[in-house]
Amino acid sequence: MVSVKSMKPETYRSGPDESGHFGIFGGRFVAETLMPLILSVEEAYTAARQDPEFQRDFDYYAKHYIGRPSPLYFAQSLTRELGGARIYFKRDELNHTGAHKINNTLGQILLARRMGKKRIIAETGAGQHGVATATVCALFDLPCVVYMGDTDIERQSPNVFRMKLLGAEVVPVASGTATLKDAMNEALRDWVANVEDTFYIIGTVAGPHPYPAMVRDFQSVIGREVKKQIVEAEGQLPDTLVACIGGGSNAMGLFHPFLDDDVRMIGVEAAGHGIATGQHAASLTGGRPGVLHGNRTYLLQNEDGQITDAHSISAGLDYPGIGPEHSWLHEMGRVEYVSITDQEALDAFKTCCRTEGIIPALEPAHALAHVEKIAGPMDRDQIIVMNMCGRGDKDVFTVADALGTKL
Amino acid sequence: MARRFEALRAAGRGGLVTFVTAGDPDLDSSAALLRQLPSVGADVIELGMPFSDPMADGPAIQASSQRALAAGMTLAKTLAMVGTFREGDDKTPVILMGYFNPIYQYGSQNFVEDAVAAGVDGLIIVDLPPEEDDELCHPAMTAGLHWIRLVTPTTDDRRMPTVLKNTSGFVYYVSIAGITGTRSASADVIRPALRRLNQHTDLPVAVGFGIRTPEQVGEVVNDADAAVVGSALVREIERNLDDQGNATQGMVDQVLKRVQGLSAALSN
Repeated sequence: MVSVKSMKPETYRSGPDESGHFGIFGGRFVAETLMPLILSVEEAYTAARQDPEFQRDFDYYAKHYIGRPSPLYFAQSLTRELGGARIYFKRDELNHTGAHKINNTLGQILLARRMGKKRIIAETGAGQHGVATATVCALFDLPCVVYMGDTDIERQSPNVFRMKLLGAEVVPVASGTATLKDAMNEALRDWVANVEDTFYIIGTVAGPHPYPAMVRDFQSVIGREVKKQIVEAEGQLPDTLVACIGGGSNAMGLFHPFLDDDVRMIGVEAAGHGIATGQHAASLTGGRPGVLHGNRTYLLQNEDGQITDAHSISAGLDYPGIGPEHSWLHEMGRVEYVSITDQEALDAFKTCCRTEGIIPALEPAHALAHVEKIAGPMDRDQIIVMNMCGRGDKDVFTVADALGTKL
Repeated sequence: MARRFEALRAAGRGGLVTFVTAGDPDLDSSAALLRQLPSVGADVIELGMPFSDPMADGPAIQASSQRALAAGMTLAKTLAMVGTFREGDDKTPVILMGYFNPIYQYGSQNFVEDAVAAGVDGLIIVDLPPEEDDELCHPAMTAGLHWIRLVTPTTDDRRMPTVLKNTSGFVYYVSIAGITGTRSASADVIRPALRRLNQHTDLPVAVGFGIRTPEQVGEVVNDADAAVVGSALVREIERNLDDQGNATQGMVDQVLKRVQGLSAALSN
């Protein structure tokens, strides 16, 4: 095979092409029942993104409801402790609902309203996307059904209760491994059966075109803000961006505005118990290209093409795939992808609580663990920006359990 | 396949397409069932290639896929099963139905060659719409395999030509917007839909999704060339498993009896 790395494009920001592909990745691998609907979502989104009024609505709710822009915070104690690069946190955990997920659900529900849809469905893993979807559904008075795997319902019970308080119906999914991928299967099955009135708010940069591009665009508010804030704070762009990756929406949102700049980018996958054990969620490190959930991308699978279980202590990273644009950026060599184990993430979780007084979600704790690995050897005038994409309130039970503490 | 549908039309009889998953609940029982399906009235055999994440299928077929995979079924073994079937039956058309990823891992070109060699007549790949025809549709049709596409209630007149362009053998009309083995559509809903479809194509039409009883089969073939029954047969397999999930002695016969009952509705 010809190395794609040799073919450096003029820009890394123009994808996907008209048929929804990033190189060989992406596409529209869905049942015929959904195709007309997928095409209508694409048409509606193309019109919306060119409509100043849609952008004004998004900006209004982003500012007054979500609380954007989120701060870019200089993590002074951690910087001092690691003794190298200056570390900044993009504080998306301070958003309403406690994670970056709401940037996307806001954008998609505005689109659903534009399309006249009367019912919203979503899948969720950690429950952050489910909560963010239930929240905007309450705001705009639309019925909301969230599919969630049995396993995740058990380990993220606070979020299940939050969704119910917000008026959503949470449907437990027992099929397969009862985690995020199965919840997504079930949401797709619901959508096929309710095409007329239902809009599916996908929570990450995956799924059939136009979802990967659309979710990326809504999340890119993160990177655009960082670009402005870091220049204000430091008078220059950062040297390195770091973000955790399950499906990869917070990373895509941070990275995309910087793809054509001279900035190093690192995506951190979940290595679970370790890549060698086979119990991990690192699709790029431990998987290979395949087709699932409407797109071609790197997947965890066996030789026969059956999708295998992912494992991570973090429910939000526990997905056997990754957004197709990440697969492309990986093969182009533009973004580096590494992995962090459950244990390393737990250690970083504790460090963050202790040094910065911030209880991070287990997802960004993975990103932080990698920051701890690279910051020390870097020069003191170099800058790392890490996306603190979620807060850890939802994880205290999981962490207590892992640390052997009974609550 | 064309001959089979021509013969059905000449005889003025509707056809029965039976779906079971290859390797469900185990390889031997599945092969035995397959071998005997034509003798009880299956005009066309649709054989499921099990997949871990069948997003267009309801609980019955999801469970059958899981049973087959647990029994060690793979795509290579599915092709081998068709090859063995062909040694005893060179007439009954066999269609493989499934999802793209296992084929993509096998290699599209390798798969097409091995499928032809095994005696497969056609393919239904749920998650390959016309927009992705380069992946498998074109290689398959070049090799002489039929490419059977699903037309659904959501396929409007504007889209119909796109869907029918590279369709051959027959058209599979999905009678409901939904997943397999759940709701059923009534004849009043199916009839105008088929009339609309027939304005766009001369290909034979088989109707599936939600068809489980002899009465429904009989009713569907008033308006279509054939009826597809899947989940109901798969549930019959499920009903004839012991506590450990193994096939009971009479499992194959029970399923065959069920097929016979469905087929009887066609000769009246």
